[in-house]
Order: sequence, then structure tokens, then C-alpha cells
Amino acid sequence: MSGGADRTTSPGWAAPSYDVLVIGAGLAGLTAATRLAEAGARVMVLAKGVGATHLAPGTIDVLGYAAGGDRVVERPGEALADVDYGHPYARMGADGVAASIEWFRAQFVGGPLGAYGYRGDLGQNLLLATTVGAAKPSAVVPETMAAGDLRDGAPMLVVGFQVLRDFHAAYLADNVSRGGVPARAVVVARRLDGRPEANSLGLGRALDDPGFRAEVAAEVARRLDGAARIGFPAGLGLEDPHGVWSDLQERLGRPVFEIPTLPPSVPGMRVFRTLRDRLRAHGGRLILNSEAIGAAPAGDRVETVEARAAGRTVAYRARWVVLATGGVASGGIELDSRWRARERVLGLPLAGALEPGAPRFSPRYFDDHPFNAVGVAVDDRLRPVEPGADPVYENVLVAGATLAGARPWKEKSGDGISLATGHRAAEIILEEER
Amino acid sequence: MRPHRGSAHDHASDPMGQSAGRDVLFDAMRGSLDHCVKCTICETACPFSNVTPLFPGPKYVGPQAERFRTDEPVPDASLDYCSSCGICTQVCPHGVHIAEINTRAKARLRERDGVPLRDRVISRPTLAGRLGTPAAPLANWTLRNRSIRLAIEKTIGIHRDAPMPEFAGRTFQRWARRHRAPAAKRRVVYFHGCGANYYEPRLAEMTVAVLAHNGFAVDVPKQDCCGLPLQSNGLFDDARAYVRRLVGNLAPAAADETPIVGTSTSCTLMLKREAREILGMEGEPQLEHVSARTYDILEFLLALHERGELRTDFQPVDMTITYHAPCQQQGHGVGKPALDLFAIVPGLRVVENDASCCGVAGTYGLKREKYPISMDVGAGLFGQIERAAPDLAACDSETCRWHIQKATGVRSVHPLEILHQAYGFA
Repeated sequence: MSGGADRTTSPGWAAPSYDVLVIGAGLAGLTAATRLAEAGARVMVLAKGVGATHLAPGTIDVLGYAAGGDRVVERPGEALADVDYGHPYARMGADGVAASIEWFRAQFVGGPLGAYGYRGDLGQNLLLATTVGAAKPSAVVPETMAAGDLRDGAPMLVVGFQVLRDFHAAYLADNVSRGGVPARAVVVARRLDGRPEANSLGLGRALDDPGFRAEVAAEVARRLDGAARIGFPAGLGLEDPHGVWSDLQERLGRPVFEIPTLPPSVPGMRVFRTLRDRLRAHGGRLILNSEAIGAAPAGDRVETVEARAAGRTVAYRARWVVLATGGVASGGIELDSRWRARERVLGLPLAGALEPGAPRFSPRYFDDHPFNAVGVAVDDRLRPVEPGADPVYENVLVAGATLAGARPWKEKSGDGISLATGHRAAEIILEEER
Repeated sequence: MRPHRGSAHDHASDPMGQSAGRDVLFDAMRGSLDHCVKCTICETACPFSNVTPLFPGPKYVGPQAERFRTDEPVPDASLDYCSSCGICTQVCPHGVHIAEINTRAKARLRERDGVPLRDRVISRPTLAGRLGTPAAPLANWTLRNRSIRLAIEKTIGIHRDAPMPEFAGRTFQRWARRHRAPAAKRRVVYFHGCGANYYEPRLAEMTVAVLAHNGFAVDVPKQDCCGLPLQSNGLFDDARAYVRRLVGNLAPAAADETPIVGTSTSCTLMLKREAREILGMEGEPQLEHVSARTYDILEFLLALHERGELRTDFQPVDMTITYHAPCQQQGHGVGKPALDLFAIVPGLRVVENDASCCGVAGTYGLKREKYPISMDVGAGLFGQIERAAPDLAACDSETCRWHIQKATGVRSVHPLEILHQAYGFA
């Protein structure tokens, strides 16, 4: 953060002590931290900033494609039995993944968003339209998205807003139609809050207002033309999404569903808000703009982690460290122009690192890029290992996108891995402390 | 008009008037805009763009517009609606110094266009303090009088409903000069700031009592404003002069490893970081010395507690309080020490507010054109406080306390006041 980052706190001062330090505030970190705090642990989450929750669609995609991304998975629970030994899911198996999903869904009960919650389990994948109208398999989805399931052939109307420049309703509907589900688009011309343009956040804010909602519903109702269900950009309310969604369904007399948008992701913000609220309620702590920058290992343990604070660094002590800083995309792993890969906080060994000169990228964007294979390999207890060797540290567990062995882009497994490994890391610590 | 400058380095090294080549830190900070991936996370957290279209959000005004600010400031009026609360920088996952970039850009614009009289006045709390203190009853009456406030609004643009603190009619400095500190092994330097000196001297006296109870001799050097309000209003040269004068007073008092503690959380943040990062004073020896030793009071007390050195002879406090960690306190990056300390006070029931900003942001909410925005920003927080119906609303920042108290009618106190009461001091 500051140029004074080399300077540590004055000698002898302030080494706050916790049971568990969680580094990273994405889905994996928040899950581990909240589960631990709920069980009574003293937890501190240190994060450089808000994590990928605000960018991801808010669905929990457990496993959408198997066999290297070639085969669509209909029943993720069954497909989980077939993952490679090196895959993160092999660390907890289908039962562990199911436990994490059950826990996740329970967090919304009595949370800050009223009756809003999730639907689905490992039994089957839904197929939901992405923001460009492609079909994406998801196992666990916000209740506000479930009616968009493309396995159901009922014709849909996609509602766009002229001010929402990143959401192209006609393009989306056209792609959905090509996929076999009849879809049409309408575009609402109304401005939001006097702003010439908006994103999904602005839409969510506007739709919290019952007056605006009524106007939009009236305009859409005039143009239904036989649609059996109606898709809106994912922004059906910031404060009371269940209420906004139910109100629109009532006004329009048919199922309404949210379609993920480009960032910011309103459903993702709901995940962050809910888990942070639960974390706080259980006495857990979270500091943003507190980037972990190094550690002082003592033998096979990491006893302290240094993190940036205003004008200095602060050393935190803990019995356990959960590293959930993300992969290359989130900056948890750094890849420089000389092919060198580095895990940024603890310098953990990396699996899948590339030989100098080896290709890092594939020619096509959505192909499997070699650099994506870089990650931290772990043992059965999620402890980082040198490939084929003993754990590097006894009290460090790794969760989320930092892990090696998965291909989340191809598999559609990113959030599922973050949730399941974050949850599993917490359970392992709780077992060890029992 | 400045001559054309060719490189980004030249641009960032001098426009604010400091000596050439010294402002390496701001160069690095401005360079952080290249890490912006337009993820809009800052927008989701900005309390101001969320309530007013006049501020299009930190991403637009910060890393995006900064690319166009070369040798000339871009005449973009929306910049003025940034409050410099710093929340965008706190939430950015890519390390972009959004608030710092915006505060600098705001100052450049004002350097060109001039700073209105009102902003010159409200950014000098010591001046108001010196003038108001001897005539406190009259000054307080004046600031409570509706017609006079209306006239002030019409003439210089301070909103008629904006919270104005009451002059205490005495200063903490005067009290400190007469107060004999009991002998103690450990010493601490107290940076009270102008808020406690002129408006809340009781808070400063309580701080001395709590520190003394924990075995500290409290040294109160002569001191003045930290310059933060000047910085927020774009008067960087004046702000630097205030910082230099202040650290010139504090540094000799904290010659060895003596810690400096402050009760004004925005002013301790100014010394820790903002003067270095925003005013470009990194490397000035006295500032570096002071900066490295400065602690917010609750951060300090919690550190004592971590070492088992805080006295915990607390009496039960049968109260419900709310706690709002203001944006400037969150800027310290040390979490919420107040909550950890409240947790060891028996009987105390604490409701943590879920809000990032009360809206006043120092002097922002005093301004006629911005007061309604600041009330909209604070609405969520005020609602939470009203629903909790607390005995007191705790908050670390003075301007936020005044704003909260005015808006909710709930007495708002510094968290230290709760600890003072828990120690059984009257």
C-alpha cells in the first residue's frame, strides 16, 4: 500500500493473536472464516480488497463439464466420483461437497437479505443462460435464477434496459433461441435515477423502489406476447431481492428470473454481504486493504503473517493459516515475463509451473491455457506439498483458486471448488483442535 | 500556466509544488491506475455515487479520468463530489490508489480555479477554535440561531442544518498545562488534535485519566491542527505547513521509542499515511519519525491488552451502545479495536453498525450543495442506530459524532468514553 511498507510496527508492539488467520475474502476465504467463527474460533480475515464474489455470477457451479471439458455433466454428484486424484474435489469427495452446499444454503436463513436463498443440490445441474445467452450448467443457484432453466423449453422474454449498456437483450435472446428455447427481447427505455447510463448495481438500486418496479412491470406486461417466463438482468434489488423478485412475478403473473450480467455482479454482492454478516455475527474479523505480504516461518509452522496497514506493516500471530488468495487471475499467484511463477504470500511450492520457453498461452481465448495449470498442490488435509513430498507447513491450509489440479474455466467448477475447499479447510482445523 | 511536460514522471513529480523529484511515492501511486481492470468493485462500495448521480463513481473519476489529466487538469466538476472517504481504495482488490489519485486531482483543479472563501474558512478549525473559545456563549448562540445560520448559508454556503460543534469555552491545552501528571515508569505523547482542544476537552481529559490508570505519564506538547481539512479542500501547501509545524512539536517529545497516541482517528491517519501519500511528504525526517510511532488510541490500548498490560478492572456498564467504525478509522487497516475492547467490559451490549460512512466526511457535509447528499449517505446508518435505540452511539471520529448526534438525536461518544466509564471514573 504505502511506500513505508518496509517499516514494521515499533518493536514490541501489537502482534494481535488469533486462532486462525484467513488470507483472502473471496468465496473460499469467507466460507472458511465464517464456518470457523461459527464453531467458536477466533478468526481474522486479511484481504487486499473485496474478492471475486463481486465478479462471479453468484451461482455455485460444482462441475459443469467432465473429461477435460468435453462432456456436459447432468448429475454432478455422480460425476464427482470420477475426478482425478489430484483434483481438489478428491480431497473431500461428493459427501464433503454436499456438506459445504448444505452449509452455504443455511447461511442465508436469518441473514441480512430477508427471505432470499438458494436452490439446488448435487442431484442435477440446471442449465442457465449466461449474459450472452450461452447455456451454463450450475448445480446450486439463487432462487431468483431457477426459473431460467433452459432444460425447460418454455418460451421466454428477455428484458433489457436502454441505460444498461453491458446487457444486450436481443443478442442474448437470439442465442437462447438458437439453443432451442424460444426467446424474444424487449428493451425498457426508462432512465434510472436520472443517470444516462447504469450498470446492474444501478438497476438493483432502482428496482428496490416499488414505484420504479411498478412502472417497469407495466411496460413489460404490455409486451408479453405469449412468453411463459421473463428474464431480467441480475439486479432484482439490493436490499430485499426476494421481495423484489416475488413482487415482479406477482405483477407479471408468471415466473421471473435473473440472468447474470457483466460486473458488478449483484447476486455475488449478496453472497459477500451474507457471509460477511454471518462472520461478524459470530465475532469474526475482516480487514480490507490489508494485504498479506510475508510470513515468518518457524520450522514447519507459520507463526506470524505480516500485512500492510496505514503507513506500516502489522504482524499477526495465529495457530492456523488458511491461504485463499486466489490464482493467477486474482493475484494470489504471480507469473512474470520470464516464466517464473510465485505464490505471493508464503512462497509455497507450485505445481504445473512452466519451463522457460514453454508455451504459456493457447491461440484461442477459451482454450485450456498452460499457465492456468499453475497452482499449489496439497495433501489430503489441504496442506501445501512439494510435488510428491511431505507438507511444507503443518498449520497452513490452502483453499480456493490457489489450488492446483483443477481447470475451473473448462470444468465450470470454480465456485464449487472455492466453497468446498474453504468449508473443508475449516472442518479440518476444527477436527484437529477437537 | 505550467509548461508542457512530456513524461508521466514529470507530470507527477511537481504539479503540487513540492521540490522536484521527491514525489516518487505519488508516481507509484498514480502508476497503480494501470492495475485497474474496471471490475467496478469500488463502485459497489462508494457511499456517494450510490446516492447521487452528481458523482459518477470512483472508477470513472479515478483511474479512468486520470489518464486524461496530463499537463492540464481536466475541468470535471464531478470530482468535487468525491468526499475523499477512501473506501474505494480500501475495497480495491488490485491495489489501485483511487482515493489518493482523486484527492490529488481535486487539488490540482482547485489550484487552477481557486478555492472558495467558505472552504478556506471551514478547513481551519484552529482558527475558528481560537476565535470562538473566548466568546463561547455568544459563538454557540450564533451557530444555533436559525436566522443567522440561514444568513451564513446564503452568504458563504455552509448549510443551515449542518452539524456545528459547540465551543467548550476552554481548551484542553490550558487544562494540560495546569494538570500535574503522576509519576510513572512509562511515557506516552498525546496528540489530541483541535477537536478535543476546543470542542471536546472532556474527551482529552478522560484519555489522560485512562492512560494514567494504565501506568503512563502523559506528555501533552503544544500542538495545532494536522492539516487534514486543508488537504481535503485542496489547499495542499497550507496543509503541508500545518503538518510540518505539528510534527515539529510532536517529534521532540517522542524522541526515543515513546509512542504517540491520538483520539482523532482521521488526524492519526493523516500522520501515519495521508501526509506521506497524498501531500507527497514521504521522506521528511520529522514526519517519518512521528508517523512510525503514531497509534490511534484504541489500537494502542488493544495492543497493551494483547501484551497483558491493560488493566481490566472494569465495572459493569449496563448499557446498549451502537458502534460505527468511520471510514477514516477503517483506513488505518487495523480492524476495529473498539469492538475487542468493548468485549471485555462486563454488561455492555454492543450493536455493530453495518455502514461504511456516515456521510459527513470531515467538512464535505457542511457545504450547502453537499449536505443533502451527506444525509442520504448516512440514512442507512441513522436508521440502524434509531432501530437499536441505544443509550449511546460510539464512533471514533468527531465530525461523524456530531453528524450522527444531529441526525439521530442519540448522544454520540468516542469509544474511549465507554472505557473511561467502565474504569469507574466519573
